[in-house]
Amino acid sequence: MSEMRDILNDTVTRLFTDLVTRETFGDAESGTWPDQLWSACVENGLTLALVPEEKGGAGLGWADSFVIARAAGYYGPPVPLVETMLGSWLLAEAGLEIPDSPLTVAPARTDDNLQVSGNTVKGTAKAVPWGRHAGHAVVLTGGQIVLVALNPSKVTEDCNIAREPRDTVVFDNASVIASAATSLPSDGLQVYGAMFRAAQLAGGVSRCLDETVKYAGDRVQFSRPIAKYQAIQQYLAAMAGDMASAGAAAEMAFRAADRGDPRFEVASAKVVTGDAASNATSTGHQVHGAIGFTYEHILQFTTRRLWSWRAEFGAESRWAEEIGRQVAGRGANAFWPDLTARQSGMLA
Amino acid sequence: MDSLYFEPCDLPPKAEALRGEIRDFLADNLSPYSPEVRSRSWAGGDPEFSQKLGEAGFIGMRFPKKYGGHERSAMERYVVIEELLASGAPVALHWIADRQSGPLLLNYGTEKQREMCLPGVAKGETYFCIGMSEPDSGSDLASIRTKAVKVDGGYIVNGTKIWTSEAHRCHYMIALFRTASDVEEKHKGMSQFLVDMNTPGVTARPIRNMAGEQMFNEVSFVDAFIPEDMLVGEEGKGWQQVLSELAFERSGPERYMSSHILLHALVREVSQNPTERSAVAIGRLIAHLATLRQMSLSVAGMQDAGQDPSLAGSVVKDLGAIYEQDMPKIAHELIGADPQLMGGSDFEKVLGYVTQAAISFSLRGGTREILRGIIARGLGLR
Repeated sequence: MSEMRDILNDTVTRLFTDLVTRETFGDAESGTWPDQLWSACVENGLTLALVPEEKGGAGLGWADSFVIARAAGYYGPPVPLVETMLGSWLLAEAGLEIPDSPLTVAPARTDDNLQVSGNTVKGTAKAVPWGRHAGHAVVLTGGQIVLVALNPSKVTEDCNIAREPRDTVVFDNASVIASAATSLPSDGLQVYGAMFRAAQLAGGVSRCLDETVKYAGDRVQFSRPIAKYQAIQQYLAAMAGDMASAGAAAEMAFRAADRGDPRFEVASAKVVTGDAASNATSTGHQVHGAIGFTYEHILQFTTRRLWSWRAEFGAESRWAEEIGRQVAGRGANAFWPDLTARQSGMLA
Repeated sequence: MDSLYFEPCDLPPKAEALRGEIRDFLADNLSPYSPEVRSRSWAGGDPEFSQKLGEAGFIGMRFPKKYGGHERSAMERYVVIEELLASGAPVALHWIADRQSGPLLLNYGTEKQREMCLPGVAKGETYFCIGMSEPDSGSDLASIRTKAVKVDGGYIVNGTKIWTSEAHRCHYMIALFRTASDVEEKHKGMSQFLVDMNTPGVTARPIRNMAGEQMFNEVSFVDAFIPEDMLVGEEGKGWQQVLSELAFERSGPERYMSSHILLHALVREVSQNPTERSAVAIGRLIAHLATLRQMSLSVAGMQDAGQDPSLAGSVVKDLGAIYEQDMPKIAHELIGADPQLMGGSDFEKVLGYVTQAAISFSLRGGTREILRGIIARGLGLR
C-alpha cells in the first residue's frame, strides 16, 4: 500500500474504533444523530475526500478513497459518510459549490423518476439514504447534476434491515440551488452508488470474518475452542476466500474509476461482493450459534448491514444481467480480449 | 487480515506487448484442435504443439539464455500462459517442466542437471512429471514411504508413486523419496531426486481415469539405481524444497482457467438468444472471472517480488476450483443439453468432458481441505 493509504488507514481505524461502538449503533437505531462521529468525519477530511484541494477537499483519487469506503463498511459508522463523499464529488465534478451539510443522493432506485422543470425538482424518491439527516440532496436526472435543499417535512422516515435511514423524499417543486450538465449516464448514481456499496460490502465481510475468527477462538465446547475443530476451520477458510475476493473486486472497481468509466468493474464488484456477503453472513452466524442471533451481540450490526447493502444500488442479479447481456452481445470470441484490454488499463 | 490482502498488480507494458505475439501464434497453430480437445486445457498434450511453442520462444521463458531460455520476466510469462489457457492450447506435456521442475532445478539443481535438462525443456521436447503422491500418501505427503537407500555411487530406490500425470510420456521425474527412516520428525529425512524415466527398474503403468483417458499413472521403483549426482539440492531438505515447488504448482492462472473452453462454449450458446436468466448466469461467471484474474495477477506480482505466494495462491486455487466446478452445473441448468459423447455438438462434447474432469480440480495439486487448512493457519487458527 502507498504511504498515503497507510496514513488514511491509520486515521479511519483510529477514528472509527473510538467512535463506532455497540452503543453508537444502538443509539443511532433509536434515532440519535451521532454528532461527535459526524464532526470527526468532517474534521478529518473524509467527507470531502474526493473533492480537489482547491475546492477545500482532500484531493484524493478513487484508489486511495477506497480505504475510507472499505472502512465505512468494516466499522459501519451510522452516518452518511459515503453518500457525502459521492455527493460532494458529483458537485465538484459539475463545478458546483459544496454545501456545508451531510449530503445524500437521489434517486437511489432506478424506478423512481425525478424531473427538473425550470428551477424546481418534482417527484418522489424512495429509500433515500439518510434523507432525514441530510441537509441537501444531489440529484442526477436528465443529464444534470442538481443540488436541492431537503425539507424535513417532505421526508417520510423508513429504514433498511440495518435500521439505517432509507427515507421516502417527496420533491414537491423543491427549489434548485444550483445545477450543471453532467456527462454521467442517466443511471450514474446507480453505478457510483453500487461502487461505494461494494467497498462497504468488502469491509463488512472482512469484519464478519474477524468477529467470527475471534469468537471461534474464545468459545470453548467439548473442552476445546471451537476454532480447533476442522469443520470450523474449513468454514472460516472459505469465508477468508470470500473476504479476499470481495476486497479484490471492490478495489478493482475503485482503481478503474481513476482510469475512466468503471461501469464493468463496478458491476463485477457488486456481484462478487454481494455473493461474498451472502456466504459470509450465513457462515458467520452459523459459527456464532444462538448468541449471534441476539440483539446484544455485535455481529448482527454487521450482518444486517451486509444484507441491506447487497440489495442497494442494484442486487447481484441486476448487475450480472447487465454484464451477461453485454458479453452475449459482444460474442464468445470477445469476452476474453475485452477483459484483458480493460484490466490492462485500455478501457474498451 | 493483512496477510490475505491482494495487492493490485498491473501487467507492465513490456509484458502486455507479448499478448499480440502469443495470440498470433495461437491463431496460426490451434486450428487443428476441436473445442472438445481444447476443453482438456492444460491436461491435454500434443508433442508437436509443445515443440512449436518452444521454437517460438514461449517455453522456459524465465530460464537463463545459457540453458536455452529467454530471460523474460515472470509477468511476461504470465501473459503467455494465460493466453495458452484462454485458448485451450494442448500444453500438458511441457507444462510441469516449464512451471515447476525447471524453476526447481534453477533453485536447487546442479550445473550438470541444468545443462542436461533445461535446454530440452525450453525446446518443448523434454517433459517432466511430479513424483510426490504414493498409494498410501495423498494429502499426507510427509508420510511417503518410497525409500532411497545410499549405496556406493548412488541410491537404490524401492516404492511406488501414483497419480503421476503423463509419466508414460515424460523423460524425467522430480521425485520425493525417504532417505532416512529413523528420524523422529516425519518432515525430515526426505530428499528430492531427478529421475531419468528410462532407468531400469522404473515402470510407468497408466491408470485410466473416469473420463476414459489414460493420463495419470502408477510409477513403480524396483531396485532402481539412481546415481548420486541426481540428488537435487540437499539430502534431507526435500520437504522444504517440495514446499517451494508446490508454491509454483498451486499459484498459477491454470487454477481458475481449466474450464475456460466451457465458458467460451457457454457464452456462444447463450449469445444466440440471451434471456434474463442466462444473462444473469454468465454475467455472474464473468464477474468472478474478472476478480479471480485480478487476484491471480496479484499472486504473480508477489512471486515476481520474491514474496512467498503459498497462502495467497491457496486462496486463489480454492476460489478458482469453486468457480470452475460451478461452470458445468450452470451450463447444464441453462442449456439443458444432454451430452452425447460421440455425435453431439461441440458444446455437448465440451460439457460432457468438463462435467467429468471438473471433480478433479479440487483434488489435484492439493485438495480443497488441504488448501483450507493452509488458509486456516494463515488466520491463526492452527
